[in-house]
Amino acid sequence: MLDLGVIVHNFKFLIVQGFLGVGSFAGGTLRLAIPAIVLGFALGIVVGLARLANAAWIRVPAVMYVEFFRGVPLVMVIFWFWFIIPQLLGLPLPEYGIALTAFVIFEAAYFGEIVRAGVQSVPRGQVEAARALGLSGAKAMRYVILPQALRNMVPSLVTQMIVLFKDTSLASIIGYVDLTKAAQIVNNREIRPFELYLFIAVVYWICTYSMSRMARRLERRPTTA
Amino acid sequence: MSYQFKWSVLWSGQSGHWLLQGLITTLELSALAWVLAVALGILSGALRTVPFKPLRAAAVFYVEFFRNVPLLVWMFFWYFGVPPLLPRGVQDWLFDHGAEFWAGMLALGVYHGARMSEVIRSGILAIPRTQFEASVAMGLSVWQAYRLVIVPIALRLIVPPITNESLNLLKNSSVALTISVAELTFQTRQIETYTARAFEALTAGTLIYLVLCVSIAWVMSSLERRYAIPGLIARVGGPG
Repeated sequence: MLDLGVIVHNFKFLIVQGFLGVGSFAGGTLRLAIPAIVLGFALGIVVGLARLANAAWIRVPAVMYVEFFRGVPLVMVIFWFWFIIPQLLGLPLPEYGIALTAFVIFEAAYFGEIVRAGVQSVPRGQVEAARALGLSGAKAMRYVILPQALRNMVPSLVTQMIVLFKDTSLASIIGYVDLTKAAQIVNNREIRPFELYLFIAVVYWICTYSMSRMARRLERRPTTA
Repeated sequence: MSYQFKWSVLWSGQSGHWLLQGLITTLELSALAWVLAVALGILSGALRTVPFKPLRAAAVFYVEFFRNVPLLVWMFFWYFGVPPLLPRGVQDWLFDHGAEFWAGMLALGVYHGARMSEVIRSGILAIPRTQFEASVAMGLSVWQAYRLVIVPIALRLIVPPITNESLNLLKNSSVALTISVAELTFQTRQIETYTARAFEALTAGTLIYLVLCVSIAWVMSSLERRYAIPGLIARVGGPG
């Protein structure tokens, strides 16, 4: 009953085009996920630190940014960008640009919360000691707080990366050809939904599960490393 | 940007009715999926402690497989993949009785059940064993120790992460639009299609989600503050 032939015949399209993004479509799960994770985290550091700022004009917008994006579904945010970016730029942007912008801005709110919690987990005495040694506020943050905070953040960071990796499947809603869309395209021709969707579930699972295994290994490493 | 705003599209014609219908469907879908998720979460959590290896392995497989695959893939799997395997009569009956709603509910509930299982488990693991030992040493019976010490502490530890996860479930119910469940995001898109007023429609949908999530988070975090035990549980982070 299970027809694995459909997977074998379309393996190249599903993996090379859909997963890696090499082929006639400008797509690919990895090609979207990797820059989204890197840029989302970079923007998340800015947002997280802004939330901890003493000046209200920096802190309040950051709080609003985080609370807004954490209160709205990602699907909604993707539709917003799909509609608003062409309006603002006055020209259409490819799905890749729209999806990447939406993911970076949406996930930065979540990464920001992780950065904030990480910075707050560093004992207050560390800041005071760094300042007493004569480091400026920025230098204390750069050389003393952030290195320790990053180590505390690792487990929640990896969890968020896994969430983001899974969320990239939602880019298929606006027509971006990632792994999920590739499976839909093949299914339209072959009509083997059970095999195809189970197959891509396994592909996603292999990626996310190995990420979470890696995280567990990192957690076990002594913190003085 | 040369966009002409016309907010009246939200209350003229059928828009208001569609938004309300969408909100009701979102709430129904989320509520049913939530019940399923909590039941599966508790069941799989309990099975992971049973002294019988195949059951433990099944529970671990469920949690690790279902929470690590995108919800969208599960939506397609339950809606397109599973029904063709059922007998013809069952299929016909399902498609006459809102198959997309039930497939969406199942996808959402089974996916979040696996996530809920982890949330509940880490909540229970966070209760210090010494709490129980101290209560027994003070002369409480096991029943009293549970009723007066363990359960009150466990509830306080578990409610914040469960609230968080429940809000995730509510927001994730929007993914059901991909299998054409007429929930809030779907209706927002429908208004956009009928009126060609994307900005107004998206604003309305976004505001409804925002009000829903922020108010639930606010109620839960004020409950949390109200019942906090001073000095025992440090409150981390804001609402949401």
